[in-house]
Amino acid sequence: MSYYGYFVAGAVLLVGVFGMARSRNLVHAVVCLSVSQAGTYVMLLSIGYQRHATAPVFGSTQKPSADVVDPVMQALCLTDIVVSATVTALLLALSLQIAKHHGTTDPDELTALRG
Amino acid sequence: MHFDDGVSQLAPVSLAVPIVACCLLLAIGRRASRGVTNGVAISGALAVAGTDVALYAASGSRVINWVGHWLPGRGHPVGIVLVVDRTGAGIALLAAVLMVLALVYSAKYFDTADAHYQCLMLLFLAGMNGFALTGDLFDMFVFFELMGAAAYALTGFKVEDRTSLQGALNFGIVNSLGAYLTLMGIGLLYARTSQLGLAQIGTALDHRSPDALVVVAFVLVMTGWLVKAAAVPFHFWLDDAHAAAPAPVCILFSGVMVELGLYGVLRVYWTCFAGTIPASDVRRTLLVIGAVTALVGAAMCLAQRHLKRLLAFSTIAHMGLFMCAAGTMDGTGVTGAAVYVVGHAGAKCALFLLAGILLNRYGSVDEVTLHGKARDAPVLGALFGLGTLALAGMPPFGSGLGKAVGEDALSSSGYWFGPVLFVAVSAITGGAALRAGGRMFLGLGPKPFEDEEQTTGDEEQPETAERITRLPASLVGPIVVLLAGCAALGLVPSAAHAIGSGVERLLDHGGYEAQVLRHVAPQPAPPPEDIDWSTTGVLLGLLSAALAVVTAIAGWYAEPIQRRAGAFLKPFQRCLAGLRALHSGHVGDYVAWLMVGVVVLTAIVGLPLR
Repeated sequence: MSYYGYFVAGAVLLVGVFGMARSRNLVHAVVCLSVSQAGTYVMLLSIGYQRHATAPVFGSTQKPSADVVDPVMQALCLTDIVVSATVTALLLALSLQIAKHHGTTDPDELTALRG
Repeated sequence: MHFDDGVSQLAPVSLAVPIVACCLLLAIGRRASRGVTNGVAISGALAVAGTDVALYAASGSRVINWVGHWLPGRGHPVGIVLVVDRTGAGIALLAAVLMVLALVYSAKYFDTADAHYQCLMLLFLAGMNGFALTGDLFDMFVFFELMGAAAYALTGFKVEDRTSLQGALNFGIVNSLGAYLTLMGIGLLYARTSQLGLAQIGTALDHRSPDALVVVAFVLVMTGWLVKAAAVPFHFWLDDAHAAAPAPVCILFSGVMVELGLYGVLRVYWTCFAGTIPASDVRRTLLVIGAVTALVGAAMCLAQRHLKRLLAFSTIAHMGLFMCAAGTMDGTGVTGAAVYVVGHAGAKCALFLLAGILLNRYGSVDEVTLHGKARDAPVLGALFGLGTLALAGMPPFGSGLGKAVGEDALSSSGYWFGPVLFVAVSAITGGAALRAGGRMFLGLGPKPFEDEEQTTGDEEQPETAERITRLPASLVGPIVVLLAGCAALGLVPSAAHAIGSGVERLLDHGGYEAQVLRHVAPQPAPPPEDIDWSTTGVLLGLLSAALAVVTAIAGWYAEPIQRRAGAFLKPFQRCLAGLRALHSGHVGDYVAWLMVGVVVLTAIVGLPLR
């Protein structure tokens, strides 16, 4: 069993978190959130992965006895991507509105809420 | 067979109804009149409440529905299950009832939108219902994100409002990151067990010693739920989101959404991990986090002048108390927490709705700006006063009964600090709200100086097209219903009994697995706990109400007191200033705190298990 995929997943997640924590631009922060989420894709796919196995599609060329990767994890990954698209679109729309009404996209300059 | 009966079919119905109603609203929204869209939305929410009542009535033994009859083991290796027990059905019902009240209250809100507001509210309800009723860990994540996405959009609904945009963005980023960490944890659990159902994961993990992977998976899954539950240090989004969201949305946030986070923690621990991670470990974790959350929330609550932000911090403080009560990990504790959650929802939601009326009547929710301005509304003032006393846990309100049962659970488990914490936190949060109410409705105390650094309540945009001058029944009605419900919960023994009985089933690890996977009929319900006022409970409730009044008086005359006892108060003020500086409104800070929280949580859970 290879742990490589898990380390990559963790690293990608943390890179995204670091980007969000240090972000000077809201669009950048939202994209960093997507990067973090990309870590979860890597994680899910590497859990379902099998060496020398193919896509879980059975038909005339693929016998039901053949080794395939785990389709459940791929389904989760697809769901995850849908979630990501929704959340990213929503947050980008909010960033756009913030740029309009606050006149800035730098989180350091957003001062409407503190204390 | 019992898993095949008619009632169990209601579980998927209660998820489908709000989504169908939402689609209908999208289709007719542009053409239909305001009355029609309101009618569709409210009847959708009422239908959900109806199905939830039926589920609640039937959930004395669990109601189980394998969606589409895909049962595991009959040639299908997988299946998705809805498992409804008292706790799940109860919190789903609470969400539906609050949604009905919120929609009635907001019937005259947001005149310009084409029913988008009602749509988002119904999707939000579908997410909360699904989260409460599902028996599958991945579905919990999906419904968590559904309620999250709807909630972010609702927070930022007033796009002209600067605070609401910033609040929504902070809320969205922090909650989504929490959800992704949860998904990582779910992935790790699948890697270990090849299962996603709560009962299946639980069976696979039973009687194994908790190794590093299980602990990491546990911490990651819990992180998402604790972000939603606003546990310190994951709580920063909550005050920003509540301060900014429209008042009827706030009641769903404070009354039920945040509590669903704690529900997630308890549900996942007791179904998946109870056979491997010892309860004592989780008890310590919940008590530590709960106590810190309660204290931080109470201190920050006292320091606010923005009324909705003040109430938001009070929600954080009360979440801490619920965590402590449920953290005893015994039947009395969770029963107390359940009664307290319902009572708190009545009191807190009434106060939020009153804050909404103040905003739309006077154009501000700031207690300093509104000093003495609301003298012309004695009815609102009286309702506000009752709400604050209920928040402080005064008998006979249901919040006081829940508080009494929670205190009893903690002190009988040997945690002497429990009653002290409960009384102090209820008194401080109730007192802070009473201080704000006294200033606004009666003009008590001198008008305080302006403090530049604080979030004021002046920037909020009103939510109705015109200032409210008269008080229509659609605005006052829900407030009266909430307060009356809170009082009835404390006064009518059978009401508290109906809510509290059967909640212990939440802690039944083996019974859940047996019934879901092997169709073993559940043990007859354990003899119901005696949920009634004890003498100590009444006395402690009266004590915290009295202390709340003292806190409020101290707040009105804070400046003269400060002049006399400045040197003594200085260290406290320094601490409070430091704590307030941490609530910076900066999303990067919040993300950093979230990661700190993950590390701390890993240490509290993992180190004692070595």
